[in-house]
Amino acid sequence: MSAPLELVCPAGGLPALKTAVDHGANCVYTGFRDATNARNFTGLNFDDASIKQGIEYAHQRGVKVLVALNTFPLTDNWLQWTAAVDKAAAFGVDAVILADPGLMEYAKRNHPRLRLHLSVQGSATNYEAINFYHQRFGIQRAVLPRVLSMAQVEHVVKNTPVEIEVFGFGGLCVMVEGRCALSAYTTGTSPNCQGACSPGKAVRYEETPAGMETRLNGILIDRFGQGERAGYPTLCKGRFEVDDETYYAIEEPASLNTLELLPELMRIGVSAIKIEGRQRSPAYVTQVTKVWRDAIDTCRRDPEHFKPTAAWMAELNKVSEGKSATLGAYNRPWK
Amino acid sequence: MMNFKLPDFAIPAPLTRLGNRLPQLPPTLALVTALNLALDRLIPREPLEMLIGKRFTIRVLDAGMTLRFSYGERGFRPLFDASQPDLTISARTRDFIALLAREEDPDTLFFDRRLLMEGDTDLGLLVKNTLDGIELPRFDPARLTPQELLHRLRARLATPHST
Ligand code: SF4
Repeated sequence: MSAPLELVCPAGGLPALKTAVDHGANCVYTGFRDATNARNFTGLNFDDASIKQGIEYAHQRGVKVLVALNTFPLTDNWLQWTAAVDKAAAFGVDAVILADPGLMEYAKRNHPRLRLHLSVQGSATNYEAINFYHQRFGIQRAVLPRVLSMAQVEHVVKNTPVEIEVFGFGGLCVMVEGRCALSAYTTGTSPNCQGACSPGKAVRYEETPAGMETRLNGILIDRFGQGERAGYPTLCKGRFEVDDETYYAIEEPASLNTLELLPELMRIGVSAIKIEGRQRSPAYVTQVTKVWRDAIDTCRRDPEHFKPTAAWMAELNKVSEGKSATLGAYNRPWK
Repeated sequence: MMNFKLPDFAIPAPLTRLGNRLPQLPPTLALVTALNLALDRLIPREPLEMLIGKRFTIRVLDAGMTLRFSYGERGFRPLFDASQPDLTISARTRDFIALLAREEDPDTLFFDRRLLMEGDTDLGLLVKNTLDGIELPRFDPARLTPQELLHRLRARLATPHST
């Protein structure tokens, strides 16, 4: 059997990083406090002191720290991104997660020993693209966009020397990672260049007699009736009037949960499972890391009889966005 | 105590109505004093700069409490007028405690419609993320159960000369 499946957990701050380490993450992924990563929300992420402390804490316990530098620099801010790569290398992170080929070239040339991961924001969905990044920039791991069926993931794994990381749990979006323009269109801020989809400054919630309303830059994007579960304030998950009918015209808020696919993901040789949610609090990181650690260990012991327990599923459903959990594209028999 | 879970509870409606009629200043003062004590020691001032001059309201729904305060150069202070706050956060007592204890994630409570943030969402994000970023001494929610509180009170009364 190949190397054991790694559990990659999110951390938006030092307490989240520590709780991920304490509860069994193999890697923790983080970001700096600026637009160089795709979770650039007010007050979130690591300053220099906290990332140094985090790296020390994790390394003492045999856990790796990854830094996401997965937004796309522009000509006028290029130096900010290269400085972030330099900083990550100097602090001794275990890998940087990149999306921009220019930045990969920079990292390869200036920090040849720095491990590079291809971000989901790079949107590489086939092994030809992944192998290209490998040959050209030496990337050692690729995070797959959440659009592939299990058979397609297996096909990629079989045809590349690059380690494959897939998303196992968390919020979903329309899956045009690195290319979505919905937030930029409504708020002028995009996850791709400024690192935030639906930034706080553009979001307003209000309890009204008709329900809780969510507005994005003044545009009403959803209204939740009493007791109805709410979702993130993103345009893709809004309800809109189309032909006299109001419904989720783009996508229904749902969370990915692939717990039941663990034996299959292990069998086909996936290297790592990623948990979404750097914007979430330490409580979420604790709850989700615990469940996944337990599940991965249980599955490794006896993959044939593996079945997610009701308690695991309940714990994960509790923290999920939207009404339902889904297997996403993994479970798509029609390919 | 590691596995202690805060039970789901709500303060009964008659008490909520009573809470509405009680003066709101004492609980506000208690909150503001606690926040000011935490400033510098636990909560760094620097990230809070964006909060200077802002007005906040915390609504503890099941306790019928509305706490109004502001943040300035010298820290937090109670507000006496009911003019429009910049940010209003509403939840039940149980959920506020669970948030403080880091037992629940605010997004989880939001999805579940148990936490509402009205007004300037970015201020709310700053508050949430700043609180999430600080390392708290272990807060043990088990110490807040009625039995435990009673126990501590009794211990206090039994030793009147202790401080
Ligand atoms: S608008 Fe939706 S699909 Fe686009 S980046 Fe935001 S969450 Fe993702």
